[in-house]
Amino acid sequence: MDATGLELIAQRVRESVGDEVVTGTLFYRGRATLDVAPQSVRDVVAYLRDDDEEPWERLMSVHGVDYLPAEPRLGIHYELLSMERADRLNVRTRVGVEDPRVPTVVDLHPTADFQEREVFDMFGVVFEGHPDMRRILMPEDYEGYPQRRDFPMGGEPVIYTYNEPKLPRWYD
Amino acid sequence: MTDERKPTTGRVGTMTEALEVPYRERERSVTMEALGEEHEELLTINIGPHHPATHGVLRLLTTLEGEIVRDVKPIIGYVHTGIEKSCEDQQYWKVIPFVERMDYLSYYFNALAFCMAVESLLDEEVPPRAQWLRVLHLELNRIASHLFWIATAALDIGAITMLWWGCRDRDLALDLFEMSGGQRFHTRYFQVGGVVEDIPPGFEEMTRKFVATMYTRIEQYLSLLDRNEIWLQRTKGTGNVPAESLLELGVTGPLLRATGHPWDLRKAMPYSGYENFDFSVPVGTVGDNYDRFRVRIEEMRQSLRIVEQALDGLPEGAYITDNRKVALPPRHELATSMEALIHHFKLVTEGFRVPPGESYIAIESPRGELGCYVLADGSAKPARVHMRDPSFVNLQALPEMARDHLLADFITCVAMLDPILGGVDR
Repeated sequence: MDATGLELIAQRVRESVGDEVVTGTLFYRGRATLDVAPQSVRDVVAYLRDDDEEPWERLMSVHGVDYLPAEPRLGIHYELLSMERADRLNVRTRVGVEDPRVPTVVDLHPTADFQEREVFDMFGVVFEGHPDMRRILMPEDYEGYPQRRDFPMGGEPVIYTYNEPKLPRWYD
Repeated sequence: MTDERKPTTGRVGTMTEALEVPYRERERSVTMEALGEEHEELLTINIGPHHPATHGVLRLLTTLEGEIVRDVKPIIGYVHTGIEKSCEDQQYWKVIPFVERMDYLSYYFNALAFCMAVESLLDEEVPPRAQWLRVLHLELNRIASHLFWIATAALDIGAITMLWWGCRDRDLALDLFEMSGGQRFHTRYFQVGGVVEDIPPGFEEMTRKFVATMYTRIEQYLSLLDRNEIWLQRTKGTGNVPAESLLELGVTGPLLRATGHPWDLRKAMPYSGYENFDFSVPVGTVGDNYDRFRVRIEEMRQSLRIVEQALDGLPEGAYITDNRKVALPPRHELATSMEALIHHFKLVTEGFRVPPGESYIAIESPRGELGCYVLADGSAKPARVHMRDPSFVNLQALPEMARDHLLADFITCVAMLDPILGGVDR
């Protein structure tokens, strides 16, 4: 993968999925990033998996990131892999913190199940169409999205037997 | 109820007679036909989070039909400690001890993934000797991790001797880590730009002794397990998942290679000088639990070969980059050089700054693709560190592996999946 190859992919996505889908490309330190609009993430990943002349058939990782103070703040990365060409492509989309919604890719790549749940858990991004959109690592009754940059660090009470009933939301 | 069903109490013929009937045949009584109508309903039971067979605090909500597993829902998060969040409050070089504690059996791999991600953002070259030392320690760590896996996996199946043998031999590898890095666990040996120290005198001799010992020890494990009727019947033909389903679920590492798919990042996308080493990628044939066992055993042998080659061809030169903006100056320079003192002071108090950008680096850990994503915002602390932990992703294959198998085989599947809950929950 080089910068030219990335531009060719972006061009093919524009032609096949839609002109406004690709919002930018970035080739930095050997890592190719394709910026796409949030509502068409699923279409782009589906196109890259099935119809592109150089298919990207595997999704290795989904991760969320908070770009505070940049707007829109949240980013979701899809690390695509082609095992045949031993090459990687990163599809990235950006959403704001107010009611962030992205279509799910679980039906295309079942591996995204846990990973999208983790992004929801940590950043509050709702993956529309995900069969089981619940918290995965934090407790079910937890409030807030801890990996956002404006979420304070520390101050979490440590739960012991003696202080558990004194903590908020105990048996409410 | 048919007459063929064996009585559950009393003597079951002679020992020879019992052994002549294959294990699967004897267990036929648990199929639904034999159980009759009263067992047709589903039963949901909870396994874990505090159960020795779940390898940590993994909770498995299991739906049973008789003794057959129909569905499994892994529930995780019991050891979630927010390491990724803590990393955002640490300088880059102080993040390394944090990430090492994620997957606590393969700490060298976590450190390498993070260091390589930061090095790619800094555009920093790693000297050849440092790369060789890294490979040396990575492969020793892979052996140690697989040894602990075989120790606990065999324990789950009831082979308790293997637990002692595996832990005994892993201690030899930990002795080596202690010698080079000062710690047995979480050594913080890898640094951004190289490794923290050169290997001490005597390390090579100890390592060669370890390698020679391990070749024989692996033969001993095989003679203990590979001809054991119980081991073979518990592992052969259980937990098969086709390669295509595993790939869709994102499973990598020995689990994928056991199905015959030779995907190994060390070969496919070499990093840290792996292209200079001669080793082969062991693959299985059908992808059952037995293949997973054999693939990991063979991987230990290949790792020993790499360790030998790394010792033989260890290049001379620096063990860490000479870029003083990133790596600490040598201790002896501090007494004579003003610049060294300033660099030391700046690096220890403020740390080094990384230009803005993001990076995703994937390496082959003992459990599969270990990816590290780092977002740098130009300050001395990372804005986001994310680990794509193979245990976390591979755990999604557990329902596929265990479905329509006996509950006892389900335990074997968990053992052969080799999830490290510290890596799953982070």
